[in-house]
Amino acid sequence: MASSTIQKMGIDFSVLTVGLFVGVFTLLALLVAAWSPDPLFEIHGWISLLMGIVAIAAVCFWAAGLKRSKVFDPSAYEDTLIKWGVGVSMFWGVVGILVGFVIAMQLTFPNFLYFPEYGFLNFGRLRPLHTSAVIFAFGGNVLLATSFHVVQRTCRTRIAGGMWPWFVFWGYQAFIVLAATGYVMGVTAGREYAEPEWYVDLWLTIVWVAYLLVFLGTIWKRKEPHIYVANWFYLAFIVTIAMLHIVNNLAVPISPLSSQSVSLMSGVQDALTQWWYGHNAVGFFLTAGFLAIMYYYIPKRAERPVFSYRLSIVHFWALIFIYIWAGPHHLHYTALPQWAQTLGMTFSIMLWMPSWGGMINGLMTLSGAWDKLRTDPVIRMMVVSLAFYGMSTFEGPLMSVRAVNSLSHYTDWTIGHVHSGALGWVGFISFGALYCLAQWMWKRDRLYSAKLVEWHFWTATIGIVLYITSMWVSGIMEGLMWRAYNEFGFLEYTFVETVEAKHISYIIRSLGGLLYLVGALIMSFNVFMTAKGKTRKGEDDHVHAPTNDGLPAFAEATPAE
Amino acid sequence: MALFDKHAVFEKHSLLLTVGILVVVAIGGIIEIAPLFYMSNTIERVNGMRPYTPLELAGREIYVREGCYVCHSQMVRPLRDEVERYGHYSLAAESMYDHPFQWGSKRTGPDLARVGGKYSDEWHMDHMADPRSVVPESIMPPYEFMVDRPLDYSMISETMAAMRVVGVPYTDAMIENADLDLRAQADPDFYPENVEYDYGLEDRYNEASGREGTVNVRVFDGVPEEVTEMDALIAYLQMLGTLVDFDTYEAGDLQNRR
Repeated sequence: MASSTIQKMGIDFSVLTVGLFVGVFTLLALLVAAWSPDPLFEIHGWISLLMGIVAIAAVCFWAAGLKRSKVFDPSAYEDTLIKWGVGVSMFWGVVGILVGFVIAMQLTFPNFLYFPEYGFLNFGRLRPLHTSAVIFAFGGNVLLATSFHVVQRTCRTRIAGGMWPWFVFWGYQAFIVLAATGYVMGVTAGREYAEPEWYVDLWLTIVWVAYLLVFLGTIWKRKEPHIYVANWFYLAFIVTIAMLHIVNNLAVPISPLSSQSVSLMSGVQDALTQWWYGHNAVGFFLTAGFLAIMYYYIPKRAERPVFSYRLSIVHFWALIFIYIWAGPHHLHYTALPQWAQTLGMTFSIMLWMPSWGGMINGLMTLSGAWDKLRTDPVIRMMVVSLAFYGMSTFEGPLMSVRAVNSLSHYTDWTIGHVHSGALGWVGFISFGALYCLAQWMWKRDRLYSAKLVEWHFWTATIGIVLYITSMWVSGIMEGLMWRAYNEFGFLEYTFVETVEAKHISYIIRSLGGLLYLVGALIMSFNVFMTAKGKTRKGEDDHVHAPTNDGLPAFAEATPAE
Repeated sequence: MALFDKHAVFEKHSLLLTVGILVVVAIGGIIEIAPLFYMSNTIERVNGMRPYTPLELAGREIYVREGCYVCHSQMVRPLRDEVERYGHYSLAAESMYDHPFQWGSKRTGPDLARVGGKYSDEWHMDHMADPRSVVPESIMPPYEFMVDRPLDYSMISETMAAMRVVGVPYTDAMIENADLDLRAQADPDFYPENVEYDYGLEDRYNEASGREGTVNVRVFDGVPEEVTEMDALIAYLQMLGTLVDFDTYEAGDLQNRR
């Protein structure tokens, strides 16, 4: 057999298949770079060609350096990949937050920060860059890194697929680079949170299917009889994002050599499909995925069993069933038929309970270990993330009520709501998990500095509070100003008066974002020093920092074997 | 409880779990989205809707490219203040040829669903090049670079052909004459050399609309020699929300009640 000869040479079958995919990618990139009449597509061809060549070189060097050593050792965890994941997550996190700060400043001081001759720095192009960088680049990499970590530890086996997990990781970075450069150049599909054009979408589909197979493959060779609860959530996240991504991005390219496409659906159907996608990007990317993180890292870090097995079952199925219906609340009072709006609102309100089920299961895991809130700033960060999760999943159903939505829709209130979830919940649970990984993957007794985690925690928390309170004020204010009538029965304010009135709030919001950015920079330093093996002098060396051994358990007995 | 013990079957069979998840998450979307494609009252019956002319379509592509939708909605809600501020509430029919839709989700700037005809071309020119020259409190980015940049319309007929694939009723004549129609709309004195042109721009699109006077033919940016990005963008903005004939629209009709 040819494959056995290859294996004798020390090259795994997965290396050949990955090499094949990378080769085809590079070839297609070359064709685009050579023949596309579309200048922007041509640039993407060159960027892809460069990335493909680097990838091929990396695979070759790697294969050449094997020296018959046991690669993809099935008896050891793949932790190098997770170290990369931690580093890349921090990088994209800082970039995404920085771009967020820049666009917050653009809205505050437009004369100061706009350059009339350069369209690529305008708000309309940077805003998708910000949202994609924080959601897909930062959040996505945190999900990749933690899911690879959690699935290995909870299945007690090395990740499946040999080189394929590496393909998933670097293929995903290639997706980010193409998406981000596209936005700045003006290559966009014009769909919020799904802006990448057709070819970038196709590439992500390939990467995502590989991700699903790697994840399932690891579960198939697990040495535990049960699939741990965190993996249910990861699986729901991966499967549902695949469904949403494919359906929402259905499009017809205007030519195989053009970066542009037209969406398959139009108008009202397109709107509901988009918000079915958009809301469930929140539901499955930013909620289900991060609940998976919660279900592993909080019990591990608190060294306590998960509060309730039954609650986890009930809220898991209820959450994924109900979330998918909630999309139409983004389209209240629009031309979407009212029956669909009402369904969306009803399910959004029902969603409150399964959301809080997750919060309760996480918070109550601290039972008997509440003192850790005082002693371990990492656990405090994750617990506060659950508090923000609870707050924004209460605010969400409230805003989905048609009468409330008539005021809040189109205003900054929505922006504040999103950020209490994004900065508070997604950000803090991610930071908590990354702190754990920094300590565990580099096999340190503790982080470089617990004091710096305290500093990170407080700057970021104050930042969030400034952000969301200023957006509540400006959002509710502008909503009320738009609908205000004077004593003669005329509209009281022109539109631009409402813009002017928000200036102070925008300054406070920018300050909040800046504080959050400073927190992320402090964290990057701390993680970097931890990876280098340093510990900060003058700090208590016998601080108890939990290790990564063993599996989390449930407080109640798991079902009989 | 015995019922919870049964859940072990999902915890021990990953494919069952995967399929279970897929079934559970598919239901909501199928019930909410699928009916919009076959329920006849999803889109109102109106007079006047037509596909975008090539110049308007090119302007719309610039609108999408620049991410205008992140700050401007195109969806007037049927609320008293919005109808008074912006005009008649938006109908589903008005975005039936929008691939993708541009309803938006945020009003950092005002709604644009009915901005067509509200301001002069000159105002749009000044405002786009330097928003604060006409609205001092504005926080909109400047688009000075569009003023002189020639419009790249080399792929406009391909775009229209792709639109036809997804259901926009572009005729053969519309697609064949796309380039010339585009230039003709930005210059009333348009006279192409060496090419046959039937000057049928207005006829083609008015016929599709069923109304007269739906096509604005003029020099939008004040410079007839060249079709710039500004020409296209202003042509698009000036037709937004102007197509439907609201004199013949019967909001109370059973067909239009949703």
